[in-house]
Amino acid sequence: MTADQHTPWTGYQPVQAWDEAVDLDGKVRDPYRRVYSEIDRMSGDDLYSRAEALASTYLAQGVTFDHAGEERPFPLDIVPRVVGGEEWDIISPGVAQRVRTLEAFLADVYGSQHCVNDGLVPRRLIATSQYFYRSAAGIDPANGVRAHVSGIDLVRDQHGIWRVLEDNVRVPSGVSYVLSNRRAMSQMFPDMFGAMGVRPVLEYSQRLRAALARCAPGDIDDPTIVVLTPGVFNSAYYEHSLLARTMGVELVEGRDLETHNGRVYMRTTAGRRRVDVIYRRVDDDFLDPVTFRPDSALGAPGLVHAARLGNVTIANAIGNGVADDKLIYTYMPELTRYYLGEDPILPNVDTWRLEEEEAREEVMDRLDELVVKPVDGAGGKGVIIGPKASRSELDEARARILEDPRGWIAQPVIQLSTVPTLTDDGLEPRHVDLRPFAINDGDDVWVLPGGLTRVALARGQLIVNSSQGGGSKDTWVLGGERQRGRAAPPPESRVELGGIAAVPQAAHPDDIEHGQQQQQQQQQGEPRQGDGSC
Amino acid sequence: MLSRIAESLFWIGRYVERADNTARLLDVHLNVLLEDPWVDEPSANGSLLSVMNCGFEAPVSRRDVLQTLAFDPELSSSIAWTLGAARENARRAREVISTEVWESLNMTRNQLPRWTSAARPHEFFVWVRERAAVVWGLHSATTSRDDAWHFMELGRSLERADMIARLLMTRHFEGTTGPNWTTLLRSCSAHEAYLRTVRALVTEERAAEFLLVDRLFPRSIAYNLQKAEDTLGRIEGASNSRALSDRARLALGRARTNLEYRDVRDVLDDLPGQMREVQGACATASDLIRDRYFLPASTVLWNQEAL
Repeated sequence: MTADQHTPWTGYQPVQAWDEAVDLDGKVRDPYRRVYSEIDRMSGDDLYSRAEALASTYLAQGVTFDHAGEERPFPLDIVPRVVGGEEWDIISPGVAQRVRTLEAFLADVYGSQHCVNDGLVPRRLIATSQYFYRSAAGIDPANGVRAHVSGIDLVRDQHGIWRVLEDNVRVPSGVSYVLSNRRAMSQMFPDMFGAMGVRPVLEYSQRLRAALARCAPGDIDDPTIVVLTPGVFNSAYYEHSLLARTMGVELVEGRDLETHNGRVYMRTTAGRRRVDVIYRRVDDDFLDPVTFRPDSALGAPGLVHAARLGNVTIANAIGNGVADDKLIYTYMPELTRYYLGEDPILPNVDTWRLEEEEAREEVMDRLDELVVKPVDGAGGKGVIIGPKASRSELDEARARILEDPRGWIAQPVIQLSTVPTLTDDGLEPRHVDLRPFAINDGDDVWVLPGGLTRVALARGQLIVNSSQGGGSKDTWVLGGERQRGRAAPPPESRVELGGIAAVPQAAHPDDIEHGQQQQQQQQQGEPRQGDGSC
Repeated sequence: MLSRIAESLFWIGRYVERADNTARLLDVHLNVLLEDPWVDEPSANGSLLSVMNCGFEAPVSRRDVLQTLAFDPELSSSIAWTLGAARENARRAREVISTEVWESLNMTRNQLPRWTSAARPHEFFVWVRERAAVVWGLHSATTSRDDAWHFMELGRSLERADMIARLLMTRHFEGTTGPNWTTLLRSCSAHEAYLRTVRALVTEERAAEFLLVDRLFPRSIAYNLQKAEDTLGRIEGASNSRALSDRARLALGRARTNLEYRDVRDVLDDLPGQMREVQGACATASDLIRDRYFLPASTVLWNQEAL
């Protein structure tokens, strides 16, 4: 290995999955060209030292998550993930369409249930969903929005096609990492960042605040919005506090709230203050001990009642879990056609419903080549990947599926696309997914240009969740304004500086008048060279 | 401002100030042990721990003192614990305090482990004082003068009055002649200010007066009690339920006037007793503030039987 030809890219070889940076012939794909050449100029040590600097800024800022009771810096990889502008032009409307479908479905399920009556979705499926709450029926959201924030998980298969893997409309998390990853990465690669025209993500908080303000009950001019967190020991606490801080609203815990006469108040040093909108990051089950788990100390008694009276808006709405059930997921393409009259832009991953007998039999035969997932799971828990599972694991899975077929789905193994990632052995392809975030303000669904790219840090690992040892990448969506690197500006754009001439800055007169100093020195006799008397 | 957040801010103020002053106190103590040729070290150490209200078993070694008051992160009397607790409170109030203040507290906590086995404790104390100064500087430069500011300042001035009272108690330790007044002034960073104000050599009365009741020096007891009173007044603002808060100001004002309107000789003759009263007043005020601002008027507990 010769020193002058060795770059961080030496030895980078895509595996059988779709590699987003380099194709199988080793040719760099378009969106990555700039990133590739920038890293190509660095030495390996340079790359590692930048990665270390990234980790230490995260520790200093406290960008951490709780893993097994310990606070760890959230792992951020040094190589950004780049999504071309044309690809984003598919993803963004695709995600927005998905959100509109989910909204329509939720309104229907908690309303007159047309989709059931028209025979599209079996009634049994909804009634048995763990997250379908009868108590949420009859709560009409102020501006009709139930999924104020959604996170639609996307993957890219072997052929480079984007597919929806999962919908999250309960309390999707991870957006804080999008915001802080961007801050850290733009400081790390300022030149590349400006020249590539990466679309900004920082307006997320403003958008969210505006959407929450618009869903306030009644016509309140300046509604009081709060973020409800389970508390400082929650694994996503960092995110809750970041959102509250950047939106400029209070972060409350359940014990800060109280309800009187169907109205919600928070306890402040100046007495009680009325709350209009609660952006809650507490699960349904814990939200209100009167309606849900009576032993919960994380919510406030009476919240659901207040919401039903229309005195407070809870975002996201209670009972949204019925829509991101993994079995409902399999009906999403039909539901899109049914509610919107449109063909789905982003396809699903093929899925077998194990409660259908034919499908079950087929899956049972091919269990060792499929992925089976619990329908209500999150965070990659309980997922069994057939080709990687042992005999006994498969047998156990088979028994559990037969016991509760409603609780499971099966999918073919998708070789998630790979992105170059810095590992102990240099840059290597690692599997990634993408969670774009969408905000629905009632008129419009806005999709954050970017999103959380999660990366499985172990070689060959297909589960990317941070609770399973995954990391993250900053996601750069191209096609925004280029800030620098443009051709010479047209002459008429030259800035006229005349109008901004300012008053000169003042200083202590003694510091400016050198004459006096010289006089003083002369008083002491002939100043000598190197005589430090002043 | 949320009561819970206000309480966290109040305690950040107290903890950071406590760490700073504990470092000063320990620095003086170690200095005295070095300079006093007739020192009875175990009893002097014991006295220090009792001033800081820590339990101990005689004889107390120098190492015990350093563990208890500086390095042991498990003991709530130590600087390490105090700085950790300040950071935890900051984490709870993260969305209210500025990013700069948060990062300085977080960094301080992160750097703590490298000091646990410090060979030269003096350097640790200098570091602690520096970190506290960084926190206060950033706090002052980045915080609006609203309730967030007032509650932190309130905690800070209460704690400072309390800690200076403890520092002055070290004049009357068992087993040693105690630090002289010049040392005490220095440990409060007051020596130069004293010389400029009093324009005379350090005498007992003058030095005591300076640390007890000087109206302009920010580390005199009366200055801090006065500041706590003023801050309470600002927090209260126009709110009408004044009873409890007034009692907090009452306690502070009584302690302050007791020092201000008493002959300094009288105070010096009964220094430990007088200083205990100052500490008592601070504790009373702290409790009353908690009752008034931090506890909910009525805590609603939900249990199913109530249905």
